[in-house]
Amino acid sequence: MTDVGINAPELGRVSEISIETLAGPKKRARKEAAIRSFFFFAASVSVLISVLIVGSLMKETWTFVSEVDWSVTWGEIGWFPRQGLYDMPTLLVSSLIVTIVAMLVAGPLGLGSAIYLSEYASKRTRKFLKPILEVLAGVPSVVLGFFALVFISPQVIERIGRNGWLVIGALIIVVYLMLVLGWARQLVRREAGTELSTQVKRVMVLTLLVASALILIWWVNGVAGSSDPEAANFFTVKGSGQLAAAAVGVGILTIPLVASVSEDALASVPDELRQASAGLGARKMTTTVQVVLPAAVSGIVAAFIIGVSRAMGETMVVFLAGGAADQAEFTASPFDGGMTMTAAMASLATGTDSVVGEALTFQSLFFVGSVLFLITLALNIVASRFVNRVREKY
Amino acid sequence: MVASTLGNNGAKARVEDEIFGRGRDLRGSGFRTLLLSCLGVSLLVLVVLMVQVVSDGWSVLSTRPIDFLTGVLRSQPGDDALGISQGLVGSFWIAVFVTFLAFPVGIAAAVYLEEYAKQNRVTTIIDTAVRNLAGVPSVVYGLLGLFLLVKGSKYTNWLFVHPFNWFWKLFKDEAAFQGQSTLIAGGMTLAILVLPIVIITAAEAIRAVPSSLRQGAYGVGATKWDVIRTQVLPYAAPGILTGTLLSLSRAIGEAAPLILVGAITGRLAPRESVLSGIGSFTEQFADKFTAMPIVIVGWIRQPGETFQPAAGAAIVVLLILVIAMNSVAVALRNYFEKKRG
Repeated sequence: MTDVGINAPELGRVSEISIETLAGPKKRARKEAAIRSFFFFAASVSVLISVLIVGSLMKETWTFVSEVDWSVTWGEIGWFPRQGLYDMPTLLVSSLIVTIVAMLVAGPLGLGSAIYLSEYASKRTRKFLKPILEVLAGVPSVVLGFFALVFISPQVIERIGRNGWLVIGALIIVVYLMLVLGWARQLVRREAGTELSTQVKRVMVLTLLVASALILIWWVNGVAGSSDPEAANFFTVKGSGQLAAAAVGVGILTIPLVASVSEDALASVPDELRQASAGLGARKMTTTVQVVLPAAVSGIVAAFIIGVSRAMGETMVVFLAGGAADQAEFTASPFDGGMTMTAAMASLATGTDSVVGEALTFQSLFFVGSVLFLITLALNIVASRFVNRVREKY
Repeated sequence: MVASTLGNNGAKARVEDEIFGRGRDLRGSGFRTLLLSCLGVSLLVLVVLMVQVVSDGWSVLSTRPIDFLTGVLRSQPGDDALGISQGLVGSFWIAVFVTFLAFPVGIAAAVYLEEYAKQNRVTTIIDTAVRNLAGVPSVVYGLLGLFLLVKGSKYTNWLFVHPFNWFWKLFKDEAAFQGQSTLIAGGMTLAILVLPIVIITAAEAIRAVPSSLRQGAYGVGATKWDVIRTQVLPYAAPGILTGTLLSLSRAIGEAAPLILVGAITGRLAPRESVLSGIGSFTEQFADKFTAMPIVIVGWIRQPGETFQPAAGAAIVVLLILVIAMNSVAVALRNYFEKKRG
């Protein structure tokens, strides 16, 4: 602070203090401006990177889109990039299966952990319990991939087996339908009290009903096949490494993320709500389920969407434990080997030093990457809307 | 009469039970147990995972731990020279790249966003870019690295090579980024990958600096840079350090972008000793490379599970590295949270 440029005798003569004196020497202002522009440059690097990502995806994707024969990208037998068959439904359906199964694991476990940590745990137990999630969040995805391949696949998925999964599938359907119906009943009851518009409600109910119908069809298909033990169907567990094993691994990786975003949402609910509820004589569980959870619903939805986005972008677990290498036939069963968008990209990049093969193989890598990028981007934008809604509310 | 009943201890407990519902709220305690078991499942998974990898890697770790750390990639699982030294070296250099590229830029960006940025369109754009980058899947960063830093193009040369030609000359005679997958490409890709995480955590730490500190410094005539240098950054340092350690451990465990960038999963010729000359030292940055997670991926994907013990042992080493970093980060944060109340 030696270059401040004002010394005591000058200050003594009041008449000589001008704007210039207070602003200090020009040199100092120039230095400050230079430092400011250095920081601005550093901040704009992230904009540059965003532009570079979009740019590098676009160039090769454009080559693929303009040159590919579109008939090989839809309705073919599977994803065989080195033979020039780029069947997108194979990858999209596998990604969807992995995401759904992963969220069946991460959703309840993550939310349950978050509720316990935020509502029930005392400060001291929190100190012991929180590190579980922190360690889990630090486990690299290759490790989970290894675990999914050598433990989850043989010891869980294959051991439970076809009949076990039929029963578990039925249980999931029953629980899911009960939740949907219970929730719909509540919606009807408290029509005026919720902040969601009727239009959003209609869309949500419709989506849930369609999802229920699809799950029902999936399960009925499994049951129908069971009369003929030879016939392969949805619930026949195949090979070493299945989409379901990989998906459970992905789900385990997603638990800490869902937990931490939901915990933030729960923590942002003001204590006055809890106190008012307790004051009215509500028990802890009633307060949690009927007051805190509805108040934090936007943040919890955001946590789930971020979880979906993360699960869809997870690569190594599916690459290692998904049960398909280099190529995959179309499958809609989680108990079959398959290839998600991410695993297909990793497969394309391994094997040889660089991506070689049929003319458009290299470009197909970027095409799949663009599709994945757009899906996750859309999910993240929707999620941040929900997060902002919580921020605005409290 | 009321007094006499209340004086009775058993009755008092009964009344308290009636009021507080202790031991009667079966649904409530069931719910609580259910929630706790969610955390229990996570703990169980962690324990089973640890037991699994340690028991898989035990045959290697117990018989030849030092040889395994110093050995190189081999095609036979029983080879005495088999080991992970190349992976460790690759991961070390990737950590160096992240430290020297992502940390300065990330922390500076956070300083700009928290201390300088005004509420205008440019700030909104930067903020949106950072938030969206944090959600981009890691493979997509791999594509960026593959396109820009491995395949290269005239744009890459224009952006990265020509302006810094003097720099690249240090590593290799001809310009880098010409269709070769290099350690530089891998390191830079991971530095880009963790940049948004560094920015977000550092910005959070800076936001937590009490504004009274800033006002006090301004009051005695400090400039903005003085305030940042002498007040904001020292106060936010523990939080920033926690974030950087977490992102470093993320970079070391990340495999997908490196696979896209073309890290070597199979055999890799052993490198000459660093001692054999400065040329050999600098050249490794422009040469083929591997890293810990990639070594593991390579061994898991070998047919017939013959490399499973080696993969298990390598995972144990990687987990020790990553968990040590995370624990230091978390311990640091808890220590300072406690100290500052």
